[in-house]
Amino acid sequence: MKRRVMHLKNPERERHLFSVRAVVVSIFSLLLMAILLGRMAHLQILQHDLYTTLSTNNRVNVQPLPPPRGLIYDRNGVLLAQNLPTYSLEIVQERVEDMESTLADIASLIEISDEDIERFEQEIKRRRRFEAVPLRFRLSDEEVAMIAVNNHRLIGVEITSTLTRHYPLGPLTVHSVGYVGRINEKELRSLDPSNYASTNYVGKTGVEKSHETLLHGQVGYQRVETNARGRILRVLDRTSPVPGQNLYLNIDVALQRTAEEAFKGERGALVAISPKTGAVLSLVSIPTYDPNLFVNGIPLATYQTLSESPDQPLFNRALRGQYPPGSTTKPFVGLAGLELHKINAWDSIVCPGWYSLKGDDHRYRDWKKSGHGVVSLHHAIIESCDVYFYDLSLSLGIDNISNYLSQFGFGRKTEIDIGGESGGLMPTREWKRRVRKEPWFPGETLITGIGQGFNLATPLQLASATATLAAGGKRMKPLVVRTVEDPVSQVHNVLPPLQLSEVEVKDPGNWRRIERAMTAVVHSPKGTARRISHGLDYTIAGKTGTAQVFTIAQDAKYKADELAKRLHDHALFIAFAPSNDPEIAVALIVENGGSGSAVAAPIARIVIDSYMQGIRE
Amino acid sequence: MLLSDVSTNNSVLRRFHLDPPLLGGLLLLAAAGLVIIYSASGQDIGMIWRQLTRLAVSFGVMLLLAQVAPETLMRWTKLIFGIGLVMLIAVLILGVTGKGAQRWLSIAGIRFQPSELMKLAVPMMVAWYLAEKSLPPRPGHLLLAGLLALIPTLLIVKQPDLGTALLIAGSGFFVLLFAGLQWRIIGAATLLAAPLGWLMWEFGMHNYQRQRVLTFLNPENDPLGAGYHIIQSKIAIGSGGIYGKGWLNGTQSHLEFLPERHTDFIFAVFSEEFGLMGIVFLLCLYLFIVLRGLYIANQAQDTFSRLLAGGLTMTFLIYVFVNIGMVSGLLPVVGVPLPLISYGGSSMVTLMAAFGMLMSIHTHRKLLKN
Repeated sequence: MKRRVMHLKNPERERHLFSVRAVVVSIFSLLLMAILLGRMAHLQILQHDLYTTLSTNNRVNVQPLPPPRGLIYDRNGVLLAQNLPTYSLEIVQERVEDMESTLADIASLIEISDEDIERFEQEIKRRRRFEAVPLRFRLSDEEVAMIAVNNHRLIGVEITSTLTRHYPLGPLTVHSVGYVGRINEKELRSLDPSNYASTNYVGKTGVEKSHETLLHGQVGYQRVETNARGRILRVLDRTSPVPGQNLYLNIDVALQRTAEEAFKGERGALVAISPKTGAVLSLVSIPTYDPNLFVNGIPLATYQTLSESPDQPLFNRALRGQYPPGSTTKPFVGLAGLELHKINAWDSIVCPGWYSLKGDDHRYRDWKKSGHGVVSLHHAIIESCDVYFYDLSLSLGIDNISNYLSQFGFGRKTEIDIGGESGGLMPTREWKRRVRKEPWFPGETLITGIGQGFNLATPLQLASATATLAAGGKRMKPLVVRTVEDPVSQVHNVLPPLQLSEVEVKDPGNWRRIERAMTAVVHSPKGTARRISHGLDYTIAGKTGTAQVFTIAQDAKYKADELAKRLHDHALFIAFAPSNDPEIAVALIVENGGSGSAVAAPIARIVIDSYMQGIRE
Repeated sequence: MLLSDVSTNNSVLRRFHLDPPLLGGLLLLAAAGLVIIYSASGQDIGMIWRQLTRLAVSFGVMLLLAQVAPETLMRWTKLIFGIGLVMLIAVLILGVTGKGAQRWLSIAGIRFQPSELMKLAVPMMVAWYLAEKSLPPRPGHLLLAGLLALIPTLLIVKQPDLGTALLIAGSGFFVLLFAGLQWRIIGAATLLAAPLGWLMWEFGMHNYQRQRVLTFLNPENDPLGAGYHIIQSKIAIGSGGIYGKGWLNGTQSHLEFLPERHTDFIFAVFSEEFGLMGIVFLLCLYLFIVLRGLYIANQAQDTFSRLLAGGLTMTFLIYVFVNIGMVSGLLPVVGVPLPLISYGGSSMVTLMAAFGMLMSIHTHRKLLKN
């Protein structure tokens, strides 16, 4: 206690001390307020623009609007691909009072499977309460009506429609039109992310794929104000999407159907081209399949059935099937012989039914065992004499043959405006060295000359080469798409024909010589396709072909009925008509069909007839 | 003069021991709070009624305490502090956990937050202890006074409630400062703060508290998680600009981007809607109340009153600075409401009790003989 007494309180001194401190603290308070004010000024003046932008970004969301995909028509305006509304049933969680009774209500009206419910319950956990979650997809009109009638007691249940691609003619044009499917991860990387922001489908094959950019259109946007949980409060402004362009194809659906029916269920392919324009009038590959299966994802079992079928319906034979062209090669080799003066039109040889090279006792057989006797080029084409072309090929040599035939497009892509075609094969010495690691043997030149060697051609290549022949050497780009129509302005923009190259000849008369020989194939009594000339009021120039699938041993006889059907020869036919002013060129193959004259040529006749009748009307 | 004592002329207020300038400032603040709560709540009139009820209770408590003479307060100080301390320990042992922290004590069905009581009890206790010492205090007294503030602070840190701990430590510190805490000690403490801070980080902090500090240092690191509050709040303030977006027009708050917009982050709503102009007004109002408080402290007649008034006033300032600092990204988010503006109850009652004490100190002065 005594110590404390020594430190007597001095009220006056303490009051003064406090006053000094109070002043200091007041200044300190002012300072703190100044710091806060400075901070606010920094945020609200200096960084105002930045935070205004951030604030706008916060609340304004840009929503993409998908453009409607362009429609596809055939050359006469028959609809091939359209967008149909499909209806789904969706439920907004927050508007439903009792989810269980609502689900039971719906189930009493339309069919709801356990999987639907299970998937719905999974999804509703991941979505926000105000978002619509689909319960059923692809409602029928009756189901939509059932829900609509009972709408008043189904609070929070909505029917929404989305546009889905639909192909009304189904399998008929799938190999040219193709189909769309859901965008996969790989495609996602290559597509423009902003333009495809709200697109679910992309062209997978055919025109749908090759003309994707035109068909897709331009995405639209709407700016919406949202709250922090993403609920849309109002639409601020809107840029409408630009719908995709409508396409009119060169394909004639009537001709396509006629051609398909003419195959009578046989496997094969047919391509019809207008020689003057390159327009692809028909593109058939049989068997075919329904593209509508692929639009919303094909069930695995269905896909396996299709892909594992020995008939390979998914395989586009017209574009990708590579077959030995057989005797259909002969007119082209004949033209090379005339042009390079290896033969004259009147030069003849004697065909004994076989041919052999000097110093080699291997006999290269003619299809006609007894031989054709004395034959010139004209007769060699009419009767499809192999021996004549063995001899001609030998004098031409492989270099001339491959050089000349590749001018018609053999061994390279036709540059058709849809994707996926194969290039075929036109063998050369260099090719053989590189791929087979062997030199070229003279015997291979002989069989190349009758289309049985290494050479492979697609039906499209054959059709394009035939059209080139028919057009006097003008090789046109095959075009599936004819016209692009702007759906808004309705302006039609016809795609101009495009000549790719020209087969130059020194003597234009040589075209005429080949054409006459090919016309005689159909119209002369000895022609291999004479059976189809009956009742023709115009002329067809053609050439039959038979491609071996199975190599027959020396001196053995080909007996079709003893071989399994899959080992039968492929039957081929190329043709154009009318011979003097060709409007249509056709190439077709019937797989394991046997002979070109008996099986393939009649199909061509039906197709050409149908087309000629069409242009006369 | 604005700060001069005009209450002597007003007999009614005088009789109820109220200080008109302080009362005016507080009422103005409360009104501003109601206006902005109405906007922040999405024009929820129910919330306005509830806030009005709380305000009425709080002003009632203020009125009540204004009647209690400082001498009486001084007599009760030890008891209040003792009860507060016991309850703080009780909270740690059997308290109710809410929002991840143990802050509540349930007595007879009424939830009670002992740390609120300590906001008053600590400055009272320190002031009481130093009042009978000769000032400036000697090192021994200083140490003991410091402990009086530090023990409850640590107990509250343990709950954990950093915001309240900060306020209580601050109130204790300012009482010491007013009592004449030597500047050289403050200087030395500042120098020691860095290594102490490191020790706190390593041993004294919960993970979520460390997370708060990290987020404070770089909110953009975790824009949708821990940094979301600060980023959204800065966007609200910054986009308000000089004049603001106008009352009820703040997009950040109305579109629900801003979290805790009517409680701890209400200042962001205010800034967004009223801009820098509104802020200047609000800061001036706060400054006026602080300066009035300091004036009252300086006018007080005894050491206890002076120290208590100074300490309580500065607690109020810390409230304002910490809240606005945290909302604007200057300080870490510690959960301190904006006095009289934020929607919510218990801290407002304490705050108004403190103002009641200030008024009591000012109005119970004995007239000096002329």
